[in-house]
Amino acid sequence: MVENRPFLSILTHAVLIAGVIIVAFPVYVAIIAMTHTDVTLNSGAPLLPGGELVANLIAVWTFDPPGAPPFWLMVWNSTLMALIIMIGKIVISIVSAYAIVYFRFPFRTLAFWVIFITLMLPVEVRIIPTYEVVANLGMLNSYAGLTVPLIASATATFLFRQFFMTIPDEMMEAARVDGAGPLKFFRDILLPLSRTNIAALCIILFIYGWVQYLWPLLVTTREEHFTLMMGVRQMAGAQKVDPQWNIIMTAVVLAMLPPVVIVIAMQRLFVKGLVETEK
Amino acid sequence: MASITLTSVKKTYHGNVTAIHGLDLSIEDGEFVVLVGPSGCGKSTLLRMIAGLETITTGEVRIGNTVVNRLEPAERDIAMVFQNYALYPHMSVRGNLEYGLKNRGTPRPEIDRRVLEAARILEIEPFLDRKPRQLSGGQRQRVAMGRAIVRQPKAFLFDEPLSNLDAKLRGQMRVEIRRLQRTLGTTSVYVTHDQLEAMTLADKLVVMNAGVIEQIGRPLDIYADPQSLFVAAFMGSPGMNLVDIERLRGLVADLPASIPSGTGTIGIRPEDIALDEPATPHFTISATLEAVELVGSESLIYANAQGLSEDVVLRSQGIHRGNPGDPLTLHIRHEVLHSFLRETGRKAAA
Ligand SMILES: Nc1ncnc2c1ncn2[C@@H]1O[C@H](COP(=O)(O)OP(=O)(O)OP(=O)(O)O)[C@@H](O)[C@H]1O
Ligand SMILES: [Mg+2]
Repeated sequence: MVENRPFLSILTHAVLIAGVIIVAFPVYVAIIAMTHTDVTLNSGAPLLPGGELVANLIAVWTFDPPGAPPFWLMVWNSTLMALIIMIGKIVISIVSAYAIVYFRFPFRTLAFWVIFITLMLPVEVRIIPTYEVVANLGMLNSYAGLTVPLIASATATFLFRQFFMTIPDEMMEAARVDGAGPLKFFRDILLPLSRTNIAALCIILFIYGWVQYLWPLLVTTREEHFTLMMGVRQMAGAQKVDPQWNIIMTAVVLAMLPPVVIVIAMQRLFVKGLVETEK
Repeated sequence: MASITLTSVKKTYHGNVTAIHGLDLSIEDGEFVVLVGPSGCGKSTLLRMIAGLETITTGEVRIGNTVVNRLEPAERDIAMVFQNYALYPHMSVRGNLEYGLKNRGTPRPEIDRRVLEAARILEIEPFLDRKPRQLSGGQRQRVAMGRAIVRQPKAFLFDEPLSNLDAKLRGQMRVEIRRLQRTLGTTSVYVTHDQLEAMTLADKLVVMNAGVIEQIGRPLDIYADPQSLFVAAFMGSPGMNLVDIERLRGLVADLPASIPSGTGTIGIRPEDIALDEPATPHFTISATLEAVELVGSESLIYANAQGLSEDVVLRSQGIHRGNPGDPLTLHIRHEVLHSFLRETGRKAAA
């Protein structure tokens, strides 16, 4: 419904702009805070940029807050965790979707539904039993403990299954006639056709792993495995002395960058894939 | 190249749907066999069993002297052209043509030679580096053909390869497929439900119905001498006029004595009914004109005869000018009658 009434038009724009400001304001404050000294910040949040940006950007890398590991180690942990979750999920889900769609084995439908049901059980719901299992397996305070329970979920399997089912059967039959066995078909046909889907999932899953907070908080007690999301919280809260807001805000803003980088990198592939696989 | 022999081949899907009921067929080396029949009669199923894409419930399929029941499609050394072409969308035309050869470890110079040759034969050289989506329907069809011929297989299997093309292109490709097959001399099995394709392509035509073979023969023999009511009605467009003999007797006093006993239905091809009186022995039916379809070179005339349940169709050369309700006299020569048994629907022995 398009109405041409100036008043309505102004009103809707005003509402939208107000919304944008509300959402963007904290980010703006964080970015501004990157450019000031901690002394300035502790006497109230300024709204205009200062001149300390470069100094803060350098300082953050050597910053070792009490109660949390050095910033660079947390960046490393978070990146590793997000990448392992992303790759692990994609590998496992594409392979299991391939099995479910293209092979006839006993209890195939059951297998699919069992995987599907886990969709309804996110980590938060099964957090206590999962913790128990991870603890019993001795995986507390390890990268395995951080990632494996998060890898086990069905979202991506389900998406790949739906995608594979849209590929005509003749594609597989043509490949069989052409002498491609199951592995060759997977590698030469299915994988290239899934490129767009993989790129999209990389974005979603990397961010999913990157922003995990509750689970890392539970399974890691030793500082060397802290992730950025936990660490930033520690920096701000666990100190008796005044928090160094300039460094914390710099860390926060830097923490937002990797997802942005992934989105931009994958976007290329994504758009390219969209254009190429359309039949 | 090889012969293909099917012995008592049967296909039952998931325990209850029987698509093919114990069928025998032998296809000679270099022969072009067309499977034709109504939708759902099992043509694709049969073809896919030869290809190895569908398991054979019982019976035996041989290609050359080898029983291939348990062999994978690639091991059977056949090539298949699919209705939707099934080109690999992410590979270039060249990639599509090469893929099968690469998988069998053909040396690179040989691959290049064969791809270029196939591209030349099919006139797709300019498109070798394009992706399938950058091609027209007809060009994709050629690529699908190319993918089959580069392999130099023992047999080509086609499942309605032209049905996605427009009528004109279909005609061109039909001629081309025939020419190609003659040149290469490769045994071919071709599924279609297009009458024209069936009649013009086949060395040997196989008419199927509900999972069994109704008749095998050369196309013109089948057209001229259908062995069952089904074949009589199915082949030809429009199909044969089929008239119940009792109704015909009520209408015509002087039916020829040569009609075999036990006949239940008389069949007459539309082109065998004349409006002008012929010189040879014949009988006549009085009818009224119902409708005329002008096809261009000929006219299809629908005539209603009192006492017959369905309109009689006749084909007349040139343009027939007439109006509904006009009286017509249909002349039918004795020798053009086809008699079918009341009990079985098979052709009645003379
Ligand atoms: N995968 C399947 N599972 C069960 N029944 C099947 C399967 N494929 C085919 N059928 C049945 O087998 C019969 C023959 O099917 P088929 O595809 O061979 O027909 P067709 O002659 O090729 O028809 P069309 O001209 O429409 O392509 C049909 O009754 C069909 O419903
Ligand atoms: Mg079919």
